Amino acid sequence: MRDFDYARAESLSGAAGQLGEEARIIAGGTNLLDLMKIQVMTPSRLVDITRIDGLKDISEDGQGLRIGALVTNSELAADPRVRNGWPLLSRAILAGASAQIRNKATTGGNLLQRTRCPYFYDTAMPCNKRSPGEGCAAKEGEGRMLAILGTSEHCLAAHPSDMAVAMAALRAEVELRSAQGETIRIPLAELYRLPGDRPDRETVLAPDDIITAVYLPAPLADTRQVYKKVRDRASYAFALVSVAAAVAMDGDRIARVSCAFGGVAPQPWTDASMEESLVGAAPSDEVFGQAADRVLEHARCHPETEFKKPLLRRTLIAALREATGLAASAPGVETARIPA
Amino acid sequence: MAKRVAEIFRNTIAELAVVKQWQPRVARLEATFNKESHMRTRFTVNGEPREVEHDTRATLLDILRDQLGLTGTKKGCDHGQCGACTVLVNGKRVNSCLCLAAMHEGDEMTTIEGLGSPEALSALQQAFVSRDGYQCGFCTPGQIVSATAMLEELRAGDPSFASASLNGDMPLEDAEIAERMSGNLCRCSAYPLIREAIAMAAEVKS
Repeated sequence: MRDFDYARAESLSGAAGQLGEEARIIAGGTNLLDLMKIQVMTPSRLVDITRIDGLKDISEDGQGLRIGALVTNSELAADPRVRNGWPLLSRAILAGASAQIRNKATTGGNLLQRTRCPYFYDTAMPCNKRSPGEGCAAKEGEGRMLAILGTSEHCLAAHPSDMAVAMAALRAEVELRSAQGETIRIPLAELYRLPGDRPDRETVLAPDDIITAVYLPAPLADTRQVYKKVRDRASYAFALVSVAAAVAMDGDRIARVSCAFGGVAPQPWTDASMEESLVGAAPSDEVFGQAADRVLEHARCHPETEFKKPLLRRTLIAALREATGLAASAPGVETARIPA
Repeated sequence: MAKRVAEIFRNTIAELAVVKQWQPRVARLEATFNKESHMRTRFTVNGEPREVEHDTRATLLDILRDQLGLTGTKKGCDHGQCGACTVLVNGKRVNSCLCLAAMHEGDEMTTIEGLGSPEALSALQQAFVSRDGYQCGFCTPGQIVSATAMLEELRAGDPSFASASLNGDMPLEDAEIAERMSGNLCRCSAYPLIREAIAMAAEVKS
């Protein structure tokens, strides 16, 4: 690990004052310290925000849930309000990492975790995300975990988070404290940037912006929520493909669908045209398959990720079957129960 | 002696600076060498207050093993993947290899040494002995510390990805134990007996 200055911030403004191009915020540190040990990340200063008050609470304000940036993944997944109203989020968090990691990893940090592309981790190989302009070793390399949507010729890396996929399907917003001290809220989908020719720039955040919370809008009562994750081993593995779906029915027709996909793109992937195509439809495998084809229309595969196309198709069909009631619910399908 | 070594080191890196392209690297080395990167952190380990002086980069794992002599906690992968370094921080299980000691001022740690003694084993320690829940034993301290916290999480009603319902009963079946313990690897693959030991201890406790 390269040497760094350690600064413990007591307030948000204090933390912002210590930040800059070469500095990084540390909270849970589960991803950052791992990357610092292998010198993929070499910040000259770490700003510890874990002692700042007001970032550790989950609160309800009638319109939804405000989750402080320092709430741990474990606390969030186990929170009774989340389990009842946004069960998809609990399931997605519990599908990721290990209990030890979830006890440390925070809400803000999970959103900003880096890709697990093996070439990003291997400093002996070229990587445009690590050093822009160097080239992308993944293109000619092993590709099983790479993305198929939203990639560019400069980067094929996938975003690894499960939590962020659930939050994207739940139409979450991210609360930031800007360098000027203003509080700003942006849709989660607008936090991330596609790689283009600068895959090192992953979000719209400035170096001294700080994520302070995530907002979940109130779910529609009786929405059925599913998180399906397909991976190479049963636990503690990143998604090859995951699907988060929340569906509201109107009799035997679909009234509203919101979906997001994991393991297939540089950010939690959403497709508004696919969701619109399902509104008013009677659930059937044919309709779900057409929806999947719409998502996959722009897919670009590495030779080793061709399998992700049929896998995404089947995973979406399975998720929508359960969420619409076409198939009996399997464990992992929950109905959002809104307390009166 | 240390002074002499330092002098040799300084002179050597100063000589490297004659190559122009090495100059930024030399400057960085000099800065690192001259910096006071030591700090002092106080916390409690197994009920005992401790104060340690350490490099800013030191992990909690290295402090426990190298400075406090608590070598029950093991360094396996050093990247949060194997769980051999699992300790309790304020009652929660974490990978001590992914903790900076500097961030734990005032915290309370429990290591395998704090759970029981050879004369008075904890229920889980006894169960691992009774069920032979290991082969080489390297992962065992991490398994036992992790399982200790896991039984608490279960008592608190925290669900896992294997739980049929997020709010219902969570019978401690094999699949439930396996999912909750997936952060602890056993390269000897003693998993069936590890799960038996945990199930046995859970029964004793309830």
